[in-house]
Amino acid sequence: MLEAINLSCVRGTRRLFKDLNFTVERGELIELRGPNGSGKTSLLRILCGLATPAAGDVLWDGENIRSLAENYSAAVAYLGHQNAVKDELTAMENLKISSGVSGHSLSTAEAQEVLAKVGLTQQQNLPARVLSAGQRRRLGMTRLLRSNATLWILDEVLTSLDSAAMDLSREFITEHMKNGGAAIVATHQDLNINAPSVKRLQLT
Amino acid sequence: MFGWLVYRDLILAWRRRADVLATVFFFIIVTSLFPLGIGPERELLRSIAPGVVWVAALLASMLSLGRIFGNDYQDGTLEQLVLTPQPTYLVVLAKVLAHWIVSEIPLVVIAPVLGLQFGLSQNTLLTVMISLLLGTPVLSVIGSIGAALTLGLRAANVLVALLVLPLYIPVLIFGSGAVQATVTGTSPQAWLLLLAATLIVSLVFAPWATSAALKISVE
Repeated sequence: MLEAINLSCVRGTRRLFKDLNFTVERGELIELRGPNGSGKTSLLRILCGLATPAAGDVLWDGENIRSLAENYSAAVAYLGHQNAVKDELTAMENLKISSGVSGHSLSTAEAQEVLAKVGLTQQQNLPARVLSAGQRRRLGMTRLLRSNATLWILDEVLTSLDSAAMDLSREFITEHMKNGGAAIVATHQDLNINAPSVKRLQLT
Repeated sequence: MFGWLVYRDLILAWRRRADVLATVFFFIIVTSLFPLGIGPERELLRSIAPGVVWVAALLASMLSLGRIFGNDYQDGTLEQLVLTPQPTYLVVLAKVLAHWIVSEIPLVVIAPVLGLQFGLSQNTLLTVMISLLLGTPVLSVIGSIGAALTLGLRAANVLVALLVLPLYIPVLIFGSGAVQATVTGTSPQAWLLLLAATLIVSLVFAPWATSAALKISVE
C-alpha cells in the first residue's frame, strides 16, 4: 500500500538516514523507534507529504505521493507534536470546524459522540485554552476518529496522556487495524498493540 | 471546506477583537495626524488627501498581515490545512478572504469619515471608497505571499514590510490616482479600471505563489 524507496533525509549538514526501504500493508502497524534526533519526525513528515526527502520516493498504491497530492492527503491522517487545537474555540467548535475544514462536516450529535469517545463530554463547551495538556491531546486525537483515512501517521502519540488515555489510544489504533487500516507510530514506549502484523523500524 | 475556513477565521477574529481594532485605530490616527500637523489649509489638505489616505491604508493593512498565517503556524493548524484533501490554493483564498473581511473592510467603511478631515467633497469620498474596495483585496492577497514566506522567522514583521511594500506600489499609484482625478474634477474611471485589472491578475496568481511559499514554510 505505502512503499518507501531509498529514502534519505538531510537536515542542515547532517544526514539523518539514507537508503531507507520499507512497505506498509493494510492491517499492519509500524513501530518507529530511535533515539532523539534520529529523524523520526522528519521521516513521518516525509511520509505524509509535508516534507520532501533529499532522495528517494514515497509511493502510495504504486503512485508517487507528490503527483497524487490531494488524493493522497485524503487517505492519510497525521497527528504531530502539535495538536492543531485553537485556544479561542471550545472543544466542540474545534472538532466541528476542523472536521468541516477537512471536508466531512459533523452534526452536533455526531460531534458529541466523538467527544464522548475521548472522554471530553464534560469539557465540550469550555474554551480549549483552559484544557490541560492531556485533554488537548485527547482533543487532537479526535482528528483520527472522524477521518476515514486508511493510514494513520502518529508522532509520539502517547506523550502527556494519562494511563486511561493511553489505553484509549491503544484501543483506537487496534480498532483501526481491525478495520483494515494501517498505522505508522513513532514512539519511545512499548505500544502493546495486538495488530495482525507489527513491524519495527529502527532509526539510528 | 472553503466556507468552514472563512467561518472559523471570522469567529477567531471576533474572539480576538482587540487585534482588529488596533489596525483600525492605527489607520484613524495616522490619517488624523496630517490635518493636525499641517494646519487647516483647505487647498493643501485637499491635494495631499489621496496620498495620505492610501498610504495609511497600505500601512494599516500591512500591520495585520502577520495574523493571516501566524497563529495557525504556531499551533500546528497550518500543517493540517496543507494536508487537507483540497488544493492549498483554496485554503489560501479562504484565508485571504477572511483577512480582507476582518482587516480591510473596516478601513473601507471608515475612510469616508476620515476624508471629511481633508475637506473632500461627497463625490471624492465615494471614489475613495470605491478605490479602497477594489484595492484592499489586492493588498490582502499580495500581502499573503510575504506573510507565508516569512513564517517562523525572527524579524518577520520588518521583512514583510520590505518584501510587500514595493509590490503595493501599483495599487498605491492607481488608488491615489483615482482619488486625485476626482479631486481635480476629471473622471477616475481609467484608474479604477486599472485597479480592477490588478485585482483580477493578483487574485489569479498570488494565491498560487502563496501556497508554494506555505509548503516551503511548513516543511
